[in-house]
Amino acid sequence: MSTIAHTQKRGFAGTVWEYLTTVDHKKIAILYLIAGGLFFLIGGIEAMMIRIQLAVPNNDFVSAGLFNEIITMHGTTMIFLAAMPLLFAFMNAVMPLQIGARDVAFPFINALGFWLFFFGGLFLNLSWFLGGAPDAGWTSYASLSLASEGHGVDFYVLGLQISGFGTLMGGINFLVTIINMRAPGMTYMRMPLFTWTTFVASALILFAFPPLTVGLFMMMFDRMFGSGFFDVAAGGNTIIWEHFFWIFGHPEVYILILPAFGIFSEIFPTFARKRLFGYSSMVFATVLIGFLGFMVWAHHMFTTGLGPIANAIFAVATMAIAVPTGIKIFNWIMTIWGGKITFTVPMLYAVSFIPSFVMGGVTGVMQAAAPADYQFHDSYFIVAHFHYVIVGGVVLALLAGCHFYWPLMFGTMLSERLGKITFALFFTGFHLTFFIQHFLGLMGMPRRVWTFLPGQGLETGNLISSIGAAFMAAGVIIFLINVVNTQVKNVQVGRDPWKDGRTLEWAIPSPAPFYNFKQLPLVRGLDAFWIEKMEGKTEMTPAEPIGDIHMPNNAFAPFLISLGLFIAAFGAMYQVDDKPWAIPVLIIGMAITFGSMLYRSIKDDHGYHIHKEDLLDDADKGGTR
Amino acid sequence: MKQKLTKWRLLTVFGLLALVLSGCGEPFLSTLRPAGEAGQIAYDLMILSTVIMVGVVIVVSIMFAVAVIKFRRKKGDDSIPKQVEGSHTLEIVWTVIPILLLIILAIPTVIATFDLADTKAMDKKNEDGTTDALVVNVRASLYWWEFEYPNQGIVTSQDLVVPTDQKVYFNVKASDVKHSFWIPAAGGKIDTNVENVNKIWLEFDNEKASEAGNIFYGKCAELCGPSHALMDFKVKAIPQDEFDQWVTAMKSTKESTPTDPEAAAGQEIFKQKCLSCHAVTAADERPEQARLAPNLANFGDRELVAGILEHNEEEVKNWLEDPEKYKPGNKMTGTYGELSDQELDQLAAYLMGLKVEQ
Repeated sequence: MSTIAHTQKRGFAGTVWEYLTTVDHKKIAILYLIAGGLFFLIGGIEAMMIRIQLAVPNNDFVSAGLFNEIITMHGTTMIFLAAMPLLFAFMNAVMPLQIGARDVAFPFINALGFWLFFFGGLFLNLSWFLGGAPDAGWTSYASLSLASEGHGVDFYVLGLQISGFGTLMGGINFLVTIINMRAPGMTYMRMPLFTWTTFVASALILFAFPPLTVGLFMMMFDRMFGSGFFDVAAGGNTIIWEHFFWIFGHPEVYILILPAFGIFSEIFPTFARKRLFGYSSMVFATVLIGFLGFMVWAHHMFTTGLGPIANAIFAVATMAIAVPTGIKIFNWIMTIWGGKITFTVPMLYAVSFIPSFVMGGVTGVMQAAAPADYQFHDSYFIVAHFHYVIVGGVVLALLAGCHFYWPLMFGTMLSERLGKITFALFFTGFHLTFFIQHFLGLMGMPRRVWTFLPGQGLETGNLISSIGAAFMAAGVIIFLINVVNTQVKNVQVGRDPWKDGRTLEWAIPSPAPFYNFKQLPLVRGLDAFWIEKMEGKTEMTPAEPIGDIHMPNNAFAPFLISLGLFIAAFGAMYQVDDKPWAIPVLIIGMAITFGSMLYRSIKDDHGYHIHKEDLLDDADKGGTR
Repeated sequence: MKQKLTKWRLLTVFGLLALVLSGCGEPFLSTLRPAGEAGQIAYDLMILSTVIMVGVVIVVSIMFAVAVIKFRRKKGDDSIPKQVEGSHTLEIVWTVIPILLLIILAIPTVIATFDLADTKAMDKKNEDGTTDALVVNVRASLYWWEFEYPNQGIVTSQDLVVPTDQKVYFNVKASDVKHSFWIPAAGGKIDTNVENVNKIWLEFDNEKASEAGNIFYGKCAELCGPSHALMDFKVKAIPQDEFDQWVTAMKSTKESTPTDPEAAAGQEIFKQKCLSCHAVTAADERPEQARLAPNLANFGDRELVAGILEHNEEEVKNWLEDPEKYKPGNKMTGTYGELSDQELDQLAAYLMGLKVEQ
């Protein structure tokens, strides 16, 4: 009983220590959810400040310089520190359970990935208190970012490198997990769609993040160590930065949207009580989108002056992506067609996602027409477009996922009533904010403007947009109330709380025991749990007898390795100012990182075993957390 | 579900209302009211793609609405619907139809891409190095624009003057950080890069120009610093003969002493404090690196002060007193010391007298 017993009943400090050292994918998921949620709120506050500033012409709510810092941090935070970590939260929480695994392939690296992301994000956000945030836009185009004074852009470059390592590790870890750790019978073509999209998104991370890291690394050297990669006076070239950034940046949007597609692909069948229509073409479309995602980056650069041949090729390639995306949309509609739809909160998000995302998708095709894009580019039309796909796709998926997977992660259910209020406010606010922005752009409003002059026909649209943003904020506040309420009440709902769960994650008690599956399940087809339920069984057929389970020990090294880089980053940044303490700080930070790595390498850690007898005792008591 | 539909309807009404209220934007600014061929090409493509895409949205929305309304689960209905695997026919249908639609869009896209990139006329040089086509070299600097007419040998800034009813060719570049040259009503934008010259052509129809009061708004479309939002310029599109007169007048601008004593005093101050950066003759032969600030040869004719303030002596004085207040991060602040009220009056009088138009 020993090992199981001491994971129970802990004081507050004990809980904190448990989370600082955990290597359990379910706890790491919670860490990602909390940290990502926190950054989402920060990004949201920044968004509100943008809309307040632009509510009326010639407003002076924030100054011009501060506005540029806000838009930069809004974009960077939302993409790197909110959307991706929140998706990582669901990947961590759900994917190993969906494939019938006891954890991810590398639990230690999983923890390291989280702490790197967290310290990178923390470092980036500390810029607000240490002389100013980055102000060159989330794209940080080289000529402007090199000209930017102060340390803002240094925070961007260093913070994103640290958190980027974390993301890359997470991606590789998921790839290895999905390739190697599927339960017996779980062939590739029996994997749930969320696992598939995690798989493809992880592959995209693997190929997309290195170019970003290279770009950031070069920019770090340009800004801090006197090189000239992007410095034209020294023979550099700023267009190269644009290529680096968008070779990463375009796949990045698919890294975000594919898992979102995955979440919806789980929700539709569950609440329509009908298997996903055209499973194999959905998988094919996912892979194709992932592949084409790397072929189209230059459509962000139509106005850079690459010439008509490049523009024409990238225009046509971009249009091609609409085909697999269309396949997905129609398959979702056909999934609910003929089903028995229950409108729970996750399902409300899922159905409203279809028209919202289609609207974002079609403007994407419009922008693919290069000569028309010469007009759309860098105008509010673009702002409208990418918020339609990112909010209408990714954020709706995150909210849907929160409601859908909350029982899986915490064993409790978010309130349906408050959830519906959040949905109504958020959905109305979203369309109110962004629909009108298409027209603002067409009427000649450039993006990233901190104010606009009266008399240009832009007043009404901007005001409507700001009002919409207030609705979205209200929706998010109610969501938070919902979360707090639910966790305070703490009503445990047990296994398969939605009643119509189809995949393996619903086959075990919610929240899952820390070893996930007592016996690895035997998977007999797509929607493995549904198959068993249809045959009148309540549990999966085990694929192995009960035996000892090998578990990894908790580790503090991931935290320390990340902390070391965090400290070193300050040293690297301030050595530019010839601060005498900077180089020692850099060395100390690196020493902590490499010391922890060395400790990890030398010390043998074989983990521990949960003994068979303990597992039998533990029979269906539910999770121990 | 009903609730949701009403919401949708409400949204549509809201959107349409806003549209009707504002028309399609202002004729001097909106991309929806193209002023010439380049703008028209982009506009036609926008309309074609919008029509196709609105069609797609309608089809999807109808399918979606039917599915959502028809297949709701009734209370107490605990039946399991038929588990359908998929349909090859349907998959082929919704793969092939979008491909056809995209081909319809792709062909005009490719044609228009090459049409808009056709700047061969700029390369047809006469023996003296000039071109028959009107060429303007656009140089973007932190928060101001310079327009050099190499054939005519004149330089101006902030207000671009072009003849109507003919293609005008632009060489664009930036002198500090990247900007983007955009006259929404006339056509698409092109980035002003720091390492190379980009080329673009635009055209302004005489008729459309008069509708817009002969003035179009130009914008910087690439984030370039705190005052990016304020980096506006104006385009004066006038008939060919007026344009020729303007060129002649510009060529003959000289550093003559004004007759008004106040303006003359202003000129003295200008010589001491401003002339090292700002030229007052349009035939400025210095290399561009030496042209550190906007050319003021026809300052008195400008539409706005610094591209954003109303054009009168009062605003000129406000601007000179504290440029930082109006364009944060500009390069003029702090380069000429404090100016007394009297000096401001004199300078404003001098500057407003710099005109080439009667």
